[in-house]
Amino acid sequence: MNSALLGNSARFILLLAAQVLIFNQIDLFGFINPFPYILFIILYPVNGNKTGLLITSFFLGLLMDMFWNSGGVHAAACLILAYYRPAIFKFSFGLSYEYQTVKLNDVLTPERFSFILIAVVLHHFILFVLEVFKLSFLWEILVRTVLSTLFTIITCIIIIYIIKPSKR
Amino acid sequence: MQQIFNFVLKNSNRLLFLLLLVLSLSLTIQSHSYHKSKIISSANFFTGGIYEKINNVNEYFGLRKQNEELALENARLKSLLFNLKDTTKAPEIDTIKGVKKTDIIVSKVIHNSYSIYENFLTLNNGSASGIKPKMGVINSAGIVGIVDKTSKNYATVISILNIESKINAKIKKSNHFGSLVWNAKNTGFAQLIDVPRLAGVRKGDTIVTGGESIIFPENIGIGTIDKVYIDNVTHYYTLDIKLFNDMTNLGHVYVIKNKDAEEISNLENQNKKDE
Repeated sequence: MNSALLGNSARFILLLAAQVLIFNQIDLFGFINPFPYILFIILYPVNGNKTGLLITSFFLGLLMDMFWNSGGVHAAACLILAYYRPAIFKFSFGLSYEYQTVKLNDVLTPERFSFILIAVVLHHFILFVLEVFKLSFLWEILVRTVLSTLFTIITCIIIIYIIKPSKR
Repeated sequence: MQQIFNFVLKNSNRLLFLLLLVLSLSLTIQSHSYHKSKIISSANFFTGGIYEKINNVNEYFGLRKQNEELALENARLKSLLFNLKDTTKAPEIDTIKGVKKTDIIVSKVIHNSYSIYENFLTLNNGSASGIKPKMGVINSAGIVGIVDKTSKNYATVISILNIESKINAKIKKSNHFGSLVWNAKNTGFAQLIDVPRLAGVRKGDTIVTGGESIIFPENIGIGTIDKVYIDNVTHYYTLDIKLFNDMTNLGHVYVIKNKDAEEISNLENQNKKDE
């Protein structure tokens, strides 16, 4: 239990730091930013405390909002992702996901990829809708969602492969 | 009573989710309204401090460009000084109060966003240096934005690349006024809307700040006209303005402190109350 708590807090701090120090500086083509900090929500233990996940993702998003001056946009997107995470698990890994030992930071299988894809798309779509807040920009919202999703997924997979301890 | 407890216990996660969702959505909505002050901003000691650390490192990469810009500005100011022919162009000094109307505070941009729709800058000076909300921010090339929120040592600035930003501007040649807005398409261009059809506009004309606002002094450069078209709804001109400033690369900026701003806005508020 304690090691899980330690691992979670380390992930929280490291991912937020990496996001602010590295990925917020990228600004590809002036408007694409990868957001790999949501790996915290994706990699949170499957059977972990759900209330804890809700609260920590909310504060993770709120801290991002402080850095981006964006009100509560990231907080809302992270919170919604955290709340619907079990549903995405169910979709990607089948009904009995809770009884299997689903490990996400491992070799990429179609199930794991679909889980990450759905999670990132959900988060980014909510993020950009709330950020723009005008339906007249719908086309831009979709373009941004697709492009940012692409880059977030690439960086997420790279990070997963980097932090995965290859013990076997 | 028992049942209420049971309900709360059973749905504790859902209730928590709804509570936090309402909280975050209200913060979001608040952040989209221009005039309300923000609770969550990068003008606090924590985020501001981190941005300053990052900037301390990044600053070295732009030193050559900064120096060039400063030298250029010096050259321009020198040429103004040497070619001063008519005394009417000298900086206006209020003869009654005997002081200059505006004061300038030098500050540095430590964080700059331009990839989203509502962009903000963070400066490393705050209320301790005399920066207050609603002051204008410019640099050597032209206008940058308006101060939004200040803390003791940091301030956030609403960049002109913010879809909520609206700044009074005019065509330098003909003195026709319009509002400078941004359509979120390109960081190098802003739009001047509501320009009357009477105005003679030509590609390449210079756009400067207008005299109607108390935030910016008159005649600070904004950009040049790049494209002219007519709005289908209002039948006014809409002009694409190529900005003098490269908003993606900002270093030192000047915050303009208009000493009469408070007096003027107080007076205007009184008028509103009387109506």
